[in-house]
Amino acid sequence: MKYKNYILICAGTACESSKADEIYRNLMKELDAHKLLNETQVLKTGCFGFCEKGPIVKVLPDESFYVHVKPEDAKELVEEHIIKGRRVNRLLYNKPCEETNVAKKLDSIGFYQKQVRVVLRNCGFIDPEVIDEYIARDGYAALEKVLFEMSADDIINELKTSGLRGRGGAGFPTWRKGMFTKDAQNEEKFVVCNADEGDPGAYMDRSILEGDPHSVLEAMTIAGKTIGANRGYIYIRAEYPLAIHRLEVAIKQAKEFGLLGENILNSGFNFDIEIRLGAGAFVCGEETALLASLEGRRGMPVPRPPFPAVKGLWGKPTLINNVESYANIPAILTKGGNWFAQFGTESSKGTKVFALTGKITNSGLIEVPMGITLREIIYEIGGGIPNGKKFKAVQTGGPSGGMITADYLDTPIDFDNLIKLGSMMGSGGMIVMDEDDCVVDVSKFYLEFTVDESCGKCSPCRIGGRQLMNYLEKITNGEGTDEDIRKMRLIGHAMQMASLCALGQTAPNPIISTLAYFEDEYMAHIHDRKCPAGKCQKLIRYFINEKCIGCTLCAKKCPVDGCIKGEKKQVHVINQEACIKCGECERVCKFKAVVKI
Amino acid sequence: MTESMPVLAELTPELDAFIVEWKDKPGNLVMVLHKVQEIYRYIPRDVAAAVSKKLGVPLAKIYGVMTFYHYFKLEKPGKHIISVCMGTACYLKGGDKLLDELKKLLNVEANATTEDGQFTLQAVRCVGCCGLAPLITVGTNVYGTLPESRLPEILEKYSK
Ligand SMILES: Cc1cc2nc3c(=O)[nH]c(=O)nc-3n(C[C@H](O)[C@H](O)[C@H](O)COP(=O)(O)O)c2cc1C
Ligand code: FES
Repeated sequence: MKYKNYILICAGTACESSKADEIYRNLMKELDAHKLLNETQVLKTGCFGFCEKGPIVKVLPDESFYVHVKPEDAKELVEEHIIKGRRVNRLLYNKPCEETNVAKKLDSIGFYQKQVRVVLRNCGFIDPEVIDEYIARDGYAALEKVLFEMSADDIINELKTSGLRGRGGAGFPTWRKGMFTKDAQNEEKFVVCNADEGDPGAYMDRSILEGDPHSVLEAMTIAGKTIGANRGYIYIRAEYPLAIHRLEVAIKQAKEFGLLGENILNSGFNFDIEIRLGAGAFVCGEETALLASLEGRRGMPVPRPPFPAVKGLWGKPTLINNVESYANIPAILTKGGNWFAQFGTESSKGTKVFALTGKITNSGLIEVPMGITLREIIYEIGGGIPNGKKFKAVQTGGPSGGMITADYLDTPIDFDNLIKLGSMMGSGGMIVMDEDDCVVDVSKFYLEFTVDESCGKCSPCRIGGRQLMNYLEKITNGEGTDEDIRKMRLIGHAMQMASLCALGQTAPNPIISTLAYFEDEYMAHIHDRKCPAGKCQKLIRYFINEKCIGCTLCAKKCPVDGCIKGEKKQVHVINQEACIKCGECERVCKFKAVVKI
Repeated sequence: MTESMPVLAELTPELDAFIVEWKDKPGNLVMVLHKVQEIYRYIPRDVAAAVSKKLGVPLAKIYGVMTFYHYFKLEKPGKHIISVCMGTACYLKGGDKLLDELKKLLNVEANATTEDGQFTLQAVRCVGCCGLAPLITVGTNVYGTLPESRLPEILEKYSK
C-alpha cells in the first residue's frame, strides 16, 4: 500500500445529504494540520449500502466502520485513530472483541455476511470521480480484451455462458437481445442505457451510477463494438443530479484516456456516449416510451413487435439494457461466463442488487446471489422487523409486482420463483411491511401511482386503472361490497390481457396478489367495516377504557371542540360523531387508556 | 386572435448558446426544456414561445411535451421548493403525515405555493434515498428519517 491509512467516506446521495462533504473537508483540514496528508489518503467513494447508518466512514487497513459520523467528529477520528491508533469506540459499528481488541471483519457483520459483490464490486472502494482507481481494479480490461482479442460472437457466447438476464424487470436473456441487434442489418445502430429507475422505493441504479459510473460506460462501449454501433445514450432521471454529475465526469475522463470517443485504444473503433435526461414520467422506463422520449417527444409506448432490436431509436436497430445489466458485463468478460454462472440458480445466474426498505432494521442497498431466501435477506441481512412488530409481507417488483407472505419466506429468490408466487423480480425494490400496514391501503397507494403515471394512450389502462382505484377507495372508506371484489378481478384480468404496454398489464398485480393472500383482510373491510391493521382512517375508532384516571390531557389536546368529555378524575368519553380520528388522544395519553379498534 | 399570439421573451445568452449547441441534435426538445427550467426555475410561456421560434418547433408541440412530464413546471414556484417524498418506502414510514403536517404549517395545499411566494409544497415519487425514509427535500437539501416534530424548525431555517 502506498499510504499507511486510507479513510473512505461514503459520498452517495444519502450520505452526501447528511454532510459527507463537510466531514471530508474537516478530515482533510485535521490531517493537514498534523502534516499527515502524505501518509493518509482520504477518498470519497460510492455507497456502502448501509444507508440508514450514514454518514459512514471506513478506515483501512484495519477495517474500522464508523457510523452516524458528524463533521465535528473529524478531529477526534484523526487525533485518536490516525495518530494514536486508538479506535473511536463511540462511533464504531463493528465494536472490537474485548480480549483481542481486534475489530470484527466487515464481512462478518450481519449486514454484509451473506452479500456477494459483483455489480457493486467497486462501490464504496473507489473514488468514482477518478478513473485511475477504476482502472486499478481491472477497469477497462474487458474493453481491451473485446477490442483486440474477441469477436462479436465470442462476446455473445460468453454472455450466453454467463446466463445473465436483464435486470430492468423482465429478465430477458441479455445475450439474445445482443444477438438480435447484432444481426439486424443497418448501417446505423444505437446502444441505450435505461437509467430511468422509476420504481418508487428503489435506488439500485442510482447507487451504481454514483459509485461506479465507468463500469456502465465500459459495458456500453463493449455493447457498441458487439452490435456495430458508434453511439450510445444514457437516459437518466433528472431527479438524480449527483449520478448525472458523476457520469459527466466519467465520460470526460474516459475520453481523455482514449477509452471513449474516436479510435479507442488505437483499435480503429469509435464510440461516443451522450447523456439524456428524463423528466419524471414512470412510463418512460418502458423501452419504447423511453425511445420516444429520447427522440424529444411525449413518452408514449408503441406496441411491440417490432422490437427495438429491429426498429428502435429513429427507426434504427437499438440495444437497450438496464444499468445493472450493463454493470455486470465487464466483470463477466474479465472473469468469464462460467465464473459468473457459479452464483445463482438454474434459471437465474449471478447476483441481484436490492433496495431493502420499509419496516426493516437495516435498510439499505444489498447485493445477494440469486437463490437466497427472503428469510435470509430479511432476518440475517436486514436484521428483522424493528420495534418488535410482526412481519406481514414483502413487496417485490414495485407497482407491477405483488406481495409475498410469511409462508413463502423460504422460497429461493429468482426470476421464475417470484412469478410463481404472483410477484416478479422487477428492478430490485424490496419493501418490507409489518402488522401495521394494511394491504388494501398499500394496493390503493400503488394504484394511485399507476393511474397517475398511465400515459392515457390505451383505454384498458387509462379507464381500468381508474375504476380499480375507485373500488379500493370505496373499500377503504368502509363502503365496499362483495360485488366490488368480483368486478376488480374482472377488470384486472381485462387490463392484463388488453393493455398496450406492461404498465397497464401489470397495474392490477398488487390487487390480484393481495386478494390471493389476504382476502380475509378485504373481507374485514367489507363485512365488518374494520381495518385489521388500523390504518384506514375511516374505519378506525378510538375509545377510552377504564384505565383513564381523568387527567383531562386528551380533552385539552383534542383539536375538535367538545369531542372528548368527562369530569376531572372521571373516565372520559369520545364522541364518535365528532371524532376526526387524528389519533392525538392516543398519542398524548400517558396511561394507555385510549385504544384504537 | 390577439390572445393566441404569444409574446416572445428575449433569451438569455446562456440559453441562446445552449440552443445553438443543441439545435441540430435530434431529439433535443426535452434537453432544451430542462435548460429553460434550470435557468428560470419553471417554463414561462413567453420563453417557450421564443424557444419554439428558435428551434422551429410549433408551440403546441412544446406544450404537448411540457405537460406530459411531471418534472416541468408551468407556473412560477415559490422561493423554496419543499418536496415530500411519497415513494413507497417513505409512504409506509409516514410520508403522508409529513405532507399533512406541512399543509397545516404552511396553510397551503399540495402542489401549490404559499401566498407570500416563499414556499412551494409538492409531493414527489422517490428521490432515491429510500434508506432515509421518510424524508423531504428543500431545494437540494435532503432531510431524512424525519419526525413531524422537526418540521417547524426546518421551515424556520428557510423563512428568514
Ligand atoms: C412501466 C414500465 C417501467 C419500466 N421502468 C424501467 C426502469 O425504470 N428501468 C429499467 O431498466 N427498465 C424498466 N422497464 C423495463 C424496460 O422496458 C426494459 O425491459 C429494460 O430496460 C430492458 O433492459 P434489461 O434487459 O437489461 O432488463 C420498465 C418497463 C415498464 C413496462
Ligand atoms: S421512497 Fe422516498 S426516497 Fe425512495
